[in-house]
Amino acid sequence: MSGGVDSSVVAGLLAEAGHEVVGITLQLYDHGAARGRKGACCAGQDIHDAKRVADHLGITHYVIDAEARFRAAVIEDFAAAYAAGETPVPCVRCNQSVKFGDLLTLARDLGAEALATGHYVRRVEGAAGVELHRAADPERDQSWFLFATTAEQLAFCRFPLGEMASKAVVRAEAARLGLPVAAKPDSQDICFVPDGRYADLVARLRPDADAPGEIVSRDGRVLGRHQGVAQYTVGQAKRLGAAAVDGGERQVVVALDAARRRVVIGPRAGAGVRTVRLREVNWLVSPPSAPIPCAVKLRAREAPQPADMRALPGGGAEVKLAAAALAAPGQACVFYDDGRVLGGGFIVAPQVDGGAAAAVSGADRGGVAQR
Amino acid sequence: MPTRACPAHTYLDANATEPLRPEARAASLAALDLAGNPASVHGFGRAARAMLENARETIAARFGAHPADLVFTSGGTEANALAISGLGAGRRLIASAIEHAAVRAAAPEATILPVDRQGVADLARLAALLAEGKAAFVALMLANNETGVIQPVAEAASLCRRFGAHLHVDAVQAAGRVACDLAALGADSLALSGHKLGGPAGAGALLLTDAAARRLSPLIAGGGQERGRRGGTPPLPAIAGFAAAAAATGRTDLAPLLAPLRNAAEAAAIAAGAIVCGAGAARLPNTTCLALPGVKAETQVIALDLAGIAVSAGAACSSGKIAESHVLAAMGLGELAGQAIRVSLPWNAVEADIAAFARAYRDMATRLGRRAA
Repeated sequence: MSGGVDSSVVAGLLAEAGHEVVGITLQLYDHGAARGRKGACCAGQDIHDAKRVADHLGITHYVIDAEARFRAAVIEDFAAAYAAGETPVPCVRCNQSVKFGDLLTLARDLGAEALATGHYVRRVEGAAGVELHRAADPERDQSWFLFATTAEQLAFCRFPLGEMASKAVVRAEAARLGLPVAAKPDSQDICFVPDGRYADLVARLRPDADAPGEIVSRDGRVLGRHQGVAQYTVGQAKRLGAAAVDGGERQVVVALDAARRRVVIGPRAGAGVRTVRLREVNWLVSPPSAPIPCAVKLRAREAPQPADMRALPGGGAEVKLAAAALAAPGQACVFYDDGRVLGGGFIVAPQVDGGAAAAVSGADRGGVAQR
Repeated sequence: MPTRACPAHTYLDANATEPLRPEARAASLAALDLAGNPASVHGFGRAARAMLENARETIAARFGAHPADLVFTSGGTEANALAISGLGAGRRLIASAIEHAAVRAAAPEATILPVDRQGVADLARLAALLAEGKAAFVALMLANNETGVIQPVAEAASLCRRFGAHLHVDAVQAAGRVACDLAALGADSLALSGHKLGGPAGAGALLLTDAAARRLSPLIAGGGQERGRRGGTPPLPAIAGFAAAAAATGRTDLAPLLAPLRNAAEAAAIAAGAIVCGAGAARLPNTTCLALPGVKAETQVIALDLAGIAVSAGAACSSGKIAESHVLAAMGLGELAGQAIRVSLPWNAVEADIAAFARAYRDMATRLGRRAA
């Protein structure tokens, strides 16, 4: 229970249905410190809201200290990824470690029969086991963020909001249940960077990512200077200064060479790639050794596009896109068969050839969608 | 609406707050019906004042101070803060590593006096610190809230006297449970809390020696109440309950009643794999701190709560989050510091409570201990 509308409605619906509900709120980071307010409570308003919802529903509620684990598994990984020239997805790391790792273990330890969350995905009992599907509401679907959930974890989870037609329906349920958070705005930004200035956080944790360097073309010509690779992502057109246009063509970031602190740029047309390699792949079907057709999503907010994919030894996968697309290292690439999630992994930076690499995504930095 | 997950609850968290004693309840109710302000001149005021002064005399007599040297506060936290700010200014602050947050937060710059593996303050180190220089203000609690370990306060007091240091004693957990007397201890000031004795929350007291009382400067000046040492209209219902509870603790010695029950709870936990923190030291008769290796304290507290047993761990923040215990860390317990719960028996504990605890603890240890192994 995050203190937001979604998980509050889940708790309310389950309690209403007669389940014995135990609400758990994860204290993930020091809220006072994140807001830069000395002396403020570590918990913040969201934990207070979660407790008020639990009080209203008459359910047991606990706050779990997950700060140390969140720092190591999510925040430090987030900064390290930027320092390595990648664009991390902290919500996936959080789901992998804190939510469907530790929290799920706690639920089992306490003798719970299931762990329910406010995620917008559908869990379908298929003939060959539990399947993960996109949510009924495509606007809210969070399946991309849950690709790393293992089959065993899915078996224990329930996602009551996956069937909801829209957020308006969820808010209406919140109002019907009389929840004190029914009108609370949706959360924005990355939760542990409430002011949205993630670059400051990265600079604090990884000063190496904050060092200035050169903006170069693919063939190694120096076209400008930058103030730290952490402020760039593959596909980005902002913060290129005078280098934004080269030879009359609009430029975008095509690679980040963190070791040499170089931002590599190239013409927007031709910035895409056709082959994408993945690491840390999670399979929700048997790993296909020969290529099979599917649809893939390389970013949180984009329509799936046709591709072929196959498993590689060592936990990897290779994706051949039907049309070239921007692929930012560190982001997730998730495989779909219509509405079903088949698996997914993290995008690996292509091998550097010559002076630079080529690979790419559309988003400007900071546009990391949630969950 | 569904009901809460816990059936009949067994309350074993007295160190957080004692259940209200019937004598305290009666005294508080009588005070609630009294209209007067003790500062008023008229008959209502005189009646309230009489009640306040009776309470002051009762508590002062019970804990070894002169009534004129007792300052009522809002509770133990304020009593500790008042002592530190009102008597520690200009002195070198020394605080034991196991002090409550009420002391730690009021003396953030204090030199830390370490404790040994049993959780007992190191007096040789205290002597060395005192010999180092200018007059010190030393804070050493009489009994620790998490482990129940009793501190060598009388010995510390003689050391402090020799070096001209002020000894402040946080007696919030010890009072009413073991001998606790400002004069007998030889300390200079002593903090008390009404609700830890079985009174209602909202009143506490700072007891002072005559000399310390004359030096005290107020934290809240206000309208000159408490001889100018603590402004604000005193909460008479809480104070009357505090005094009645204090008197009740003087009539019955809890140790022969609670120690056997505590020992039985401890034995059951040890049989299920627990390690008792501070077992080698003299302890409060109602408290035991039980570490279950490999199982997080918060998981234990939740599992026991769901089984109907109320205990606690570490220092709970206002959010209810459980932080790792600084007390157990100071004892050098390493990982166990995050794997220990506090079981503290209330004044009215009975054998059935211990049986319920033993059952729930065994179930929990069987389920979670196996997973941790």
